Order: sequence, then structure tokens, then C-alpha cells
Amino acid sequence: MKVLVPVKRVIDYNVKVRVKADGSGVDLANVKMSMNPFDEIAVEEAIRLKEKGLATEVVVVSIGVKQAQETLRNALAMGADRAILIEATADVHQDIEPLAVAKLLAAVVKEEGPGLVLCGKQAIDNDLNATGQMLAALLGWAQGTFVSEVALDGDAAKVTREVDGGLQQISVKLPAVLTVDLRLNEPRYASLPNIMKAKAKPLATKTPADYGVDVSPRLTVIKTAEPAGRKAGVKVGSVDELIAKLKDEAGVI
Amino acid sequence: MAVLLLADVNDGHLATDQVAKTLAAVKGLGEVHLLVAGQGGDAAAADAARLEGVSKVLFAGDHAYCHGLAEPTAALVVSLAGGYEHICGAATAFNKNVLPRVAALLDVMVLTDVTAVVDASTFERPIYAGNAVQTVKTADAKKVFTVRTANFTAVGAGGSAPVEAISGPADGSLSKWLEDKVATSDRPELTSAKIVVSGGRGLGSEENFAMIEKLADKLGAAVGASRAAVDSGYAPNDWQVGQTGKVVAPNLYVAIGISGAIQHLAGMKDSKVIVAINKDEEAPIFQVADYGLVADLFTAVPELTGKL
Ligand SMILES: Cc1cc2nc3c(=O)[nH]c(=O)nc-3n(C[C@H](O)[C@H](O)[C@H](O)COP(=O)(O)OP(=O)(O)OC[C@H]3O[C@@H](n4cnc5c(N)ncnc54)[C@H](O)[C@@H]3O)c2cc1C
Ligand SMILES: Nc1ncnc2c1ncn2[C@@H]1O[C@H](COP(=O)(O)O)[C@@H](O)[C@H]1O
Repeated sequence: MKVLVPVKRVIDYNVKVRVKADGSGVDLANVKMSMNPFDEIAVEEAIRLKEKGLATEVVVVSIGVKQAQETLRNALAMGADRAILIEATADVHQDIEPLAVAKLLAAVVKEEGPGLVLCGKQAIDNDLNATGQMLAALLGWAQGTFVSEVALDGDAAKVTREVDGGLQQISVKLPAVLTVDLRLNEPRYASLPNIMKAKAKPLATKTPADYGVDVSPRLTVIKTAEPAGRKAGVKVGSVDELIAKLKDEAGVI
Repeated sequence: MAVLLLADVNDGHLATDQVAKTLAAVKGLGEVHLLVAGQGGDAAAADAARLEGVSKVLFAGDHAYCHGLAEPTAALVVSLAGGYEHICGAATAFNKNVLPRVAALLDVMVLTDVTAVVDASTFERPIYAGNAVQTVKTADAKKVFTVRTANFTAVGAGGSAPVEAISGPADGSLSKWLEDKVATSDRPELTSAKIVVSGGRGLGSEENFAMIEKLADKLGAAVGASRAAVDSGYAPNDWQVGQTGKVVAPNLYVAIGISGAIQHLAGMKDSKVIVAINKDEEAPIFQVADYGLVADLFTAVPELTGKL
């Protein structure tokens, strides 16, 4: 079984995000970019499936600017076999919407015929949490979202989902799309020899036109603003003072 | 055109707080119809009919819609979509699972975690873990979105809307429900609690985390946790507050042994009053705290619990 993993290049999760003064967006020029953390977890899971003999090949796909190559090389260095880059824009500030990403991924799925697609639960830039569900819809496949455990079981996968009240276990028919949550695994670091080896692994470059997909946005961003800040508070010297403040000043207890 | 609101039903009970807050967010868009799905949801449908601002409840009582499985539930919503311009629900795990699927089936984009409805096609939503707020206008004829309920005040329960039984596509062959592992507790629900007490890695162990629960019980509060506390097994996953956990905005949020990473702040920085207890006076959590206590939590928390 082939496993397909979509990986997104996003601002590194440690970078302090700055909103541009003119309200036109977030400043992404010269900031550190990395693989979306959830996608690292998805890549890790796919590699583990291969190591267990349950998957035959791990193919990673990224959609965006040409620099997403670095993200794909990173996934190859972790252990993925092959990469596809779909260059959809030259502008680092243009985010390709999940609906368009899902359409491109659906086209890749038709070409590659994977038995499983492992997406991240959400991209930490747009925080949309939508692509995996949209892809499953377009393919008419089952979906298992927010998964913290995956067990392949013949023509189905038993997955544990992180839901609001705790955990839910469901069985999804394969092929399926799963979106991975934080506690599924701890992704490995790529070793230096593997980083070197990754340079020789195949990376195909495509465009949305190759798949006949229109990626024009449905949404127009009118404004990007800084959230309302909180005014600085005070330090209290003791538990007694804290209780007094909460009772008398804030009136919350 | 009307608004279709997909109601959360847990174990046969309407998630009243979530639904009533979503109603508050969308009632300006037009007549609202609530969709209650799942066998045995009769009582939930009746509760839904009492919420103010609901003009009709659609109750789909087929077994296939139980447990919120995405494939049949999305197919049901799509079968009804013709009559609606807006299709929405609270930003819960249930709707986050179902509504993006609905949107793709309708060939429209989805907007998740909406914090304000500006007009019929314009919405505000946070991005980058709440470091920025985007105002977006959609060109799609149908608008599919989830509402972040934390900042809305629930509508009341003085209404009496009619309940209409409906049926729809109910193919349950793609996925099967196996088991829910849901802990029941007498504490208030995290996203609707007036007070939340959260613990982080600073607690050091699951046993020590009980200290947080004791303080919460003294305050009649819900218990939250940082990702580090959940990952380390001190607290269950559904207690995680943050960018990828739950978003809360209680009157009082008490963060104990939590450093204040941006991903955690994303889930609690709209709380009315924030208290932080941390032994490191440089911890970033103090930058958002109204009251900060620099102290060892192992002495401060028992003292606080004892004196309340
Ligand atoms: C993609 C992604 C998503 C994430 N989503 C979330 C999320 O939703 N929610 C979330 O919380 N995090 C999330 N994180 C993790 C986040 O970045 C932080 O790692 C996490 O919040 C840290 O948890 P913490 O504050 O408990 O631990 P730490 O950062 O280790 O802080 C522990 C604190 O406890 C204090 N302490 C230790 N001992 C004592 C003592 N005896 N008395 C008093 N204070 C003490 C320390 O001074 C320190 O400040 C996410 C990360 C990523 C990459
Ligand atoms: N541009 C992209 N390229 C590759 N994968 C993507 C892209 N956008 C989203 N994804 C995948 O979809 C997941 C969810 O993203 P989102 O729906 O944007 O929150 C990510 O974790 C990725 O696995």
C-alpha cells in the first residue's frame, strides 16, 4: 500500500508573528519557515507504517511556492521515498485555500492510487483545519480526523480520535483520509547521512494546470489586524493578597 | 434565505451552551433552522425547539446519524443545503469534522472558528494562533462556517419552535462507530465554565495534578491543562486549552505551572481575569496575567485551596 502525505511549508511555530502595519497581512519576508508540525507527525506515521511492512512507499506532496522544495527534502530526509511539488504561486504571501489544495490532492490521488492519505489536523498559519475533510469529500472516501492512534486492520483502519469529551474509536474503510493530532507520535529528526541521501531522492515539479485545477481564491482578505492586547497586570506578593484582589478588586470569586 | 445550524448532540443530549452561543452569533443573518440528527435525539430536538431565535427544528432520527459520523451526517446536510444560504455550527470537534466535508461537497470554501459575523458574506477569524485577526469576504453563494463560541452570550430558552421529522441519505458503509471513551464528571464543562483552573508541566506528575483538581473543585471551576501536561499524561486530552485544543473565555482563568507559550495563550487570552502562578518571574504568562504570583506552586496552591 502506498501512503500519501501532504506537507505544508509554514512559518516556524517559534517565530513571533508580525502583522504588517498597513493591515495587508502577516510579514513572511525573511522569517524562518518549517514543515507544519502536524505534517511532521503525519510523515513520521507513514514512515513507521513502512518500517512495519504495512506500507510500500511514502509519497509526500506540497503545494505552494517553489521554496516548499525545502520542506519536501526535509520529509525525504526523515524517510519518505518520493516527493511532488505543485508550484501554485510565486508569492510567499499567497496561501492556497484548502478547497483548491484538496482538489489538487484529489488529482494526485487519482494518479498515484494510495491506500491511505495522512494529513495534518491543521496548518498552524491559517488554522483552518479543513483540507483532509475536504479531500475525503471530493474522493468520496471515509475520513478519520484528529487521530491519536491508528491500527490498520485488513481493508479498514481502526482509529482513535481526540474529540471534545475525550476519545472516540471508529473504524474507517480503506482507502481513507486521516488527519493526525499531536499525540499520535513524536517525529524523528533527520540524521545527517539521511539529509545527504534525501538530495538524491526523486522530486517531481508540477503546476496546477497539469492537473486542470483552478486555484483562484474564493475568499478575499479585507484586513489583517493585530488582536486586542491585554493591559499589563500586577504582581501580588502573597496568596492572601491574591485572594483579596480576586474578591474585592476583580469580584470574580 | 435561511440559516441552517447543525446542532451538537452528545449522548442524546443537546449541547445547549454551544448551540445557544452559535445562535447568538448568527441570528442577524436571517431565520435560523436547527438540524438535530441521530436516533434517540427526540429530547435534544425538543430542547432545541425552546431556544430563542429558532424558527424550526429539523429532526433526522435515523440511526446512521448517531455518534456524529462525518460521511452520513455531511450527506444529510448537503441534501438540505438547497434551501439555505448559510450553513453553520459551533466550532466543536463534531462540526470541525463534518462541516469542511459539507463545504467541499458543495464546492465552496469553509470558514472555521469565526469570531464575528460582519455581514452575510464577511466574517472575522483568528489566524496564526490568534496572533492576527483576519476579516474575510467570501465569493461563494453558500457560506459554510463554524463559530468560536467563547465570546458570545448564549440566547435564552423561552422559544417554542415546531419540530419537523425528516429523513435523508443514510449510507453508513464508509465508517463505523466502535467506542466512546468519555469521562463523565460533575465539574462544569470547560468551554462554558465561569472559572477555569489549568495546570502545566510545572506540576511534574499525574499525582501532583490532583492539586489543580482540588483547587478547581473549591472554586466550582472546570479543569484545563497545557499541551505539555497532556502529553506527559498528567491530564486527559480533552482538557487541553490552546491553539489546537479548546478555546475558553471564562470570568477567571488560573494558570498554574504554565509558561505561557503562544499556542497556550491562543486558547485563553480572552478570559476576563487571568491569574498566573509560576516560580519563574520571567515566564511569558505574566505578560497576559492581571494578577501574577511568583511562587512555588507546591506551597502556593495548597495554601490557596486551604484559604478559599
Ligand atoms: C503545533 C503545536 C500546537 C500546540 N498546541 C498547543 C495547545 O493547544 N495548547 C498548549 O498549551 N500548548 C500547545 N503547544 C505547545 C506549546 O508550544 C508549549 O510547549 C506548551 O504550552 C508548554 O506547556 P507548559 O507551559 O505546561 O510547559 P513549560 O513551557 O515547560 O512550562 C512549565 C512552567 O512551569 C513552571 N514551573 C515549574 N515548576 C514550578 C513550580 N514548582 N512552581 C511554579 N511554577 C513552576 C516553569 O517556570 C515553567 O514556566 C503546541 C505546540 C505546537 C508545536
Ligand atoms: N499547501 C499545502 N500543501 C500541502 N499540504 C497542505 C497544504 N495545505 C494544507 N495541507 C495539508 O492539510 C492539512 C490541514 O491544513 P489546513 O486545512 O489548511 O488547516 C495540513 O496539515 C497538510 O497536511
